[in-house]
Amino acid sequence: MDFLRPASWEEALAAKAEHPTAVPIAGGTDVMVEINFDHRRPEYLLDLNRVELLNEWEVGEENVRLGASVPYTRIMEHLRAELPGLALASHTVASPQIRNRGGVGGNLGTASPAGDAHPALLAAGAEVEVESVRGSRFIPIDEFYTGVKRNALAPDELIKTVHIKKADGPQQYSKVGTRNAMVIAVCAFGLALHPETRTVRTGIGSAAPTPVRAKEAEDFLNAALEEGGFWESGKIITPSIAKQFAELASGACNPIDDVRGTAKYRRHAVGIMARRTLGWTWEQYRGTGRTLEGAA
Amino acid sequence: MSQNTRVASAPAGTPTKVTQGSKTKGGIGESTLRPDGTLKVTGEFAYSSDMWHEDMLWGQLLRSPVAHAEIVSIDTSEALAQAGVYAVLTYDDLPTEVKNYGLEIQDTPVLANGRVRHHGEPVALVAADHPETARRAAAKIKVEYKELPVVTDEASATAPDAPLLHPGRDDHHAGHVPHPNIVHRQPIIRGNADEAAKKADVIVSGEYVFGMQDQAFLGPESGLAVPAEDGGVDLYVATQWLHSDLRQIAPVLGLPEEKVRMTLSGVGGAFGGREDLSMQIHACLLALRTGKPVKIVYNRFESFFGHVHRHPAKLWYEHGATKDGKITHMKCRIVLDGGAYASASPAVVGNASSLAVGPYVIDDVDIEAIALYTNNPPCGAMRGFGAVQACFAYEAQMDKLAKKLGMDPVEFRQLNAMEQGTLMPTGQPVDSPAPVAELLRRVKARPLPPERQWESTEGADVRALPGGLSNTTHGEGVVRGVGYAVGIKNVGFSEGFDDYSTAKVRMEVINGEAVATVHTAMAEVGQGGITVHAQIARTELGVTQVTINPADTQVGSAGSTSASRQTYVTGGAVKNSCELVREKVLELGRRKFGTYHPAWATAELVLEAGKVVTDGGEVLADLVDVLEDEVVEIEAEWRHRPTEAFDLRTGQGNGHVQYSFAAHRAVVEVDTELGLVKVIELACAQDVGKALNPLSVVGQIQGGTTQGLGVAVMEEIIVDPKTAKVRNPSFTDYLIPTILDTPTIPVDVLELADDHAPYGLRGIGEAPTLSSTPAVLAAIRNATGLELNKTPVRPEHLTGTL
Amino acid sequence: MRVNFTVNGRPQEADDVWEGESLLYVLRERLGLPGSKNACEQGECGSCTVRLDGVPVCSCLVAAGQVEGREVVTVEGLADYAKQRAEHSGACGTGACGSSASDGKQGTALQAAQQWSAKGTDSQTGEGTELSPIQQAFIDAGAVQCGFCTPGLLVAADEMLERNPSPSDEDIREALSGNLCRCTGYEKILDAVRLAAARQERQGEAV
Repeated sequence: MDFLRPASWEEALAAKAEHPTAVPIAGGTDVMVEINFDHRRPEYLLDLNRVELLNEWEVGEENVRLGASVPYTRIMEHLRAELPGLALASHTVASPQIRNRGGVGGNLGTASPAGDAHPALLAAGAEVEVESVRGSRFIPIDEFYTGVKRNALAPDELIKTVHIKKADGPQQYSKVGTRNAMVIAVCAFGLALHPETRTVRTGIGSAAPTPVRAKEAEDFLNAALEEGGFWESGKIITPSIAKQFAELASGACNPIDDVRGTAKYRRHAVGIMARRTLGWTWEQYRGTGRTLEGAA
Repeated sequence: MSQNTRVASAPAGTPTKVTQGSKTKGGIGESTLRPDGTLKVTGEFAYSSDMWHEDMLWGQLLRSPVAHAEIVSIDTSEALAQAGVYAVLTYDDLPTEVKNYGLEIQDTPVLANGRVRHHGEPVALVAADHPETARRAAAKIKVEYKELPVVTDEASATAPDAPLLHPGRDDHHAGHVPHPNIVHRQPIIRGNADEAAKKADVIVSGEYVFGMQDQAFLGPESGLAVPAEDGGVDLYVATQWLHSDLRQIAPVLGLPEEKVRMTLSGVGGAFGGREDLSMQIHACLLALRTGKPVKIVYNRFESFFGHVHRHPAKLWYEHGATKDGKITHMKCRIVLDGGAYASASPAVVGNASSLAVGPYVIDDVDIEAIALYTNNPPCGAMRGFGAVQACFAYEAQMDKLAKKLGMDPVEFRQLNAMEQGTLMPTGQPVDSPAPVAELLRRVKARPLPPERQWESTEGADVRALPGGLSNTTHGEGVVRGVGYAVGIKNVGFSEGFDDYSTAKVRMEVINGEAVATVHTAMAEVGQGGITVHAQIARTELGVTQVTINPADTQVGSAGSTSASRQTYVTGGAVKNSCELVREKVLELGRRKFGTYHPAWATAELVLEAGKVVTDGGEVLADLVDVLEDEVVEIEAEWRHRPTEAFDLRTGQGNGHVQYSFAAHRAVVEVDTELGLVKVIELACAQDVGKALNPLSVVGQIQGGTTQGLGVAVMEEIIVDPKTAKVRNPSFTDYLIPTILDTPTIPVDVLELADDHAPYGLRGIGEAPTLSSTPAVLAAIRNATGLELNKTPVRPEHLTGTL
Repeated sequence: MRVNFTVNGRPQEADDVWEGESLLYVLRERLGLPGSKNACEQGECGSCTVRLDGVPVCSCLVAAGQVEGREVVTVEGLADYAKQRAEHSGACGTGACGSSASDGKQGTALQAAQQWSAKGTDSQTGEGTELSPIQQAFIDAGAVQCGFCTPGLLVAADEMLERNPSPSDEDIREALSGNLCRCTGYEKILDAVRLAAARQERQGEAV
């Protein structure tokens, strides 16, 4: 095993080009577990801790440019207004120690369906900026996850920045685990209201081979809200709309049975979370029109 | 510290302070602080995994990836050829004819002999200069397995064509079990349950399932073996019983016991999981083979395979009661899964059967408990030891009966509660206080925590709600429930076992002060035994400074740190040796000063605050003057009252030493839509006989309570029934409670002396682990209306989504 | 490979480090600092918690090579760390002013971390050891049983009190939710943190 310590982004890209099998390590919260438990012996470890730009974020007009290694703790502390869904998701990540080290780049790189950030990114709308010595490209988040623990990265590419749409309405995030802290998702659900475009976006975690959006549920809800004039009136969403939304969200799941939960439970729980997060966000939307921070 | 903690001296009285046992500061009854506390908070306390030696090698095990297979061949040549590898050992390298070990039945191979019987069984050993070198070498050992069908439950274990786990058994249970895949069977018959059932107005029955719990001590199995010049070995290890280890290790190494010198290293928790050997023999074999010190440290994954677990159980219960709420009879059958090797299964069967009735008066009972041999992971000792599984089931039955009778569940239990003088189903009289009804009264009388406790000025605090930080509810679907349970646990080793302990106590003058030294082989595993030993020495010998020597095999056996027994038995041994030392000291005093004061001959003399004092309080001499340069030292064994074996057909016999009782009230909030549970409060009342160290007593009760909570709502080793392989051997998927899962645990301590025990004390470590699980289950049932016959309760059980 | 970094104020060099080794392994097996504990090695238990440039992290999940040139504080250096924090806090008085909000980082600023070094203690008996307030509170409250979780809890709790000198119970629970304890049921750990916070507050008032 070799340990590569690039001092800059350029050096990191060069190293990855030279050693496409190199495993990038930043927070270490996935990679080191695999090494400690002898599940993985990469030829090269590519340490990204010294690449400063990965630890930086910038709030722009439309987007937040989030460096791949910005720890979850910072997202919770500094980006709650701009990225309320992701801030809530960050708060559910493992433990304070892990949140101090892990960042969204790790979740994306590992591309586990159980990664906590995914549903929030899907719901908010995001693009992943990846780069190699060949150049950079933007991958829409919807196209990023290609299979169980697989993503759209080429072997020589590294994740640089995640461009996430700044919240233009309330966002929520819920995750079911069988413990009240420090738990991997049995399943998770993210929901974002986008009043500017009068759309709702969702994200489901750990209930399909990849993180997915509940597209049918979104389409149904978008149409129902539009038809009923809910965006203008801000009236309460009828229980039947919420119910159907929840059922469609549940239907968007394609889960498995595993030690963490049954497929049946995951479908059930996603439906409940869909209904609740819709209720919470809509209440926020009605209440202040523009309260962006999560309630929790 | 805890505002919730109260200490009482009488069952019905107002709580008062604990009486101090001595005028010497730091004696029994005081909450003296741990002697190892400073070392533990500075990181300097040496746990077994911290051991280090110049030139030491690292040992690594190769374990079976399958549960049941014939080993066709093993090829170690490639592993041995690796640079940095010093030894690779298999069964063929074992040095003597003794190749098995075991606590009671020597059925566990040191290394697999042509057959593996469970997932993770040790097959080969490597010693190398770095853990990674050792791991890579282990991976290069080629083992060819031919898989065999797996035995996983009672049906497959006792089927006509069932593969026998241990063909040709010749252990002392082999003769009385109905099938060779049954380790031990213990029936207990008293009265006539069938006849008594006719008097019942209501009958309830149920089948209950208890999942496999892991001790999950935080300090992994580890230790260091150092080869000695005399051909022996010095072993530093974390264990619960040094001498039991020694008895099993020495024969396999082909060494006399005196050449295997064991020292207790720092123990990072135990809870039963260190009663059996883990890496001890393996490290010694590698050290003796290589001539170098060898350290073995399991990682968490390996730890799940490195020790036995709590027996999972299936329990069938039937109870009847009359309209006025008196229980008529009980029938039960308890099937414990012992896994591939016997470990402590026979004793667990004895406990499960003899305590199957619970702390109730039931004259007519028909009980049967068995433990199976299967290809599942071996199971053995864990805090509560057979009594935990039974308590889960009988307490569910009590609630069912109360409900069917339309009675309050606490009043119903109180109506049937045992008391001093009650006969156990084994015929043994309970001859010390048994304040079962009072314990229940106390937990019930406590005010309930406020409703909707999660509400704050800024809205719902998710940290106080089911789901916690995961933000699953802001109050939606949340329903509160309250549940009660009470349990009975035996203290000490039972069924005729010679359950003694040894203490060496020394008294001398150092730097102008009389001081004491206590040396025992007791394993301090965190429980605070060493704190108590120092307190006893102060009380008995009137000294301030007490040195506790490290536990090792240079002193006689202390027995196991288990069965809630150490304060009773090794505490008793320390007290006894102190008394013998005191007699000698007084003899010295009489010789030197007897002629100066008649009280030397006539009065009851005690040692207090560095002086010899009459019972009237008159000071006769300073201990410094009595001792001068004399050293008084005594090593003596001490025994509690003997017990008897249970009759193999009727289960009759005075099998237990002492009983211990605790009751819990659980208050839970359940998100009924998502099936998530938050325990809000878990109040406990326990009779401890005498709190030698009240702070430690409360700490034990809170810790035991929390382990019971864990198995109620999250903890379970999941074994695939098709392959008998463990599916969640990690802290990612075997979950134990975090601080956000653990409620406030107010503790109400009763002190009703047991006149048979030293200072009237009662063993306390296990009882709180019994009743907390059924109390939480009862509270969840109360919140949801569901029957819930399985623990742990998973969200699927609460939402009908299995 | 070789790794140079600072531990408890002292420069350290580890040689022949295997690239897959964790910071935890290097501390325990190469630098003679076994105080950080190896309970799970998967970031689930917090027993190995240390401060890396002031921030609490699981040292089992930090690759040794990642700490090159960085500052680590372990439980062995906690007492001195707390003492020097109190001495440097000046006007703050509570000893809880280590964090610097200006640079957007939490915990003690790197500069502050570099301004102190550990002193030797008697490792044989622990007698005469000067303890930090949180260490003393853990002993006094009975928060230590087997003690295996204690080092990680102390590092995490000390850092929390630095940021939040008057935590609510739920704050304490949240801050310590990454540290598993199997012995105590956490009640006495809560007591200890409350006690340390109260003592800290009294000390602040006295100044």
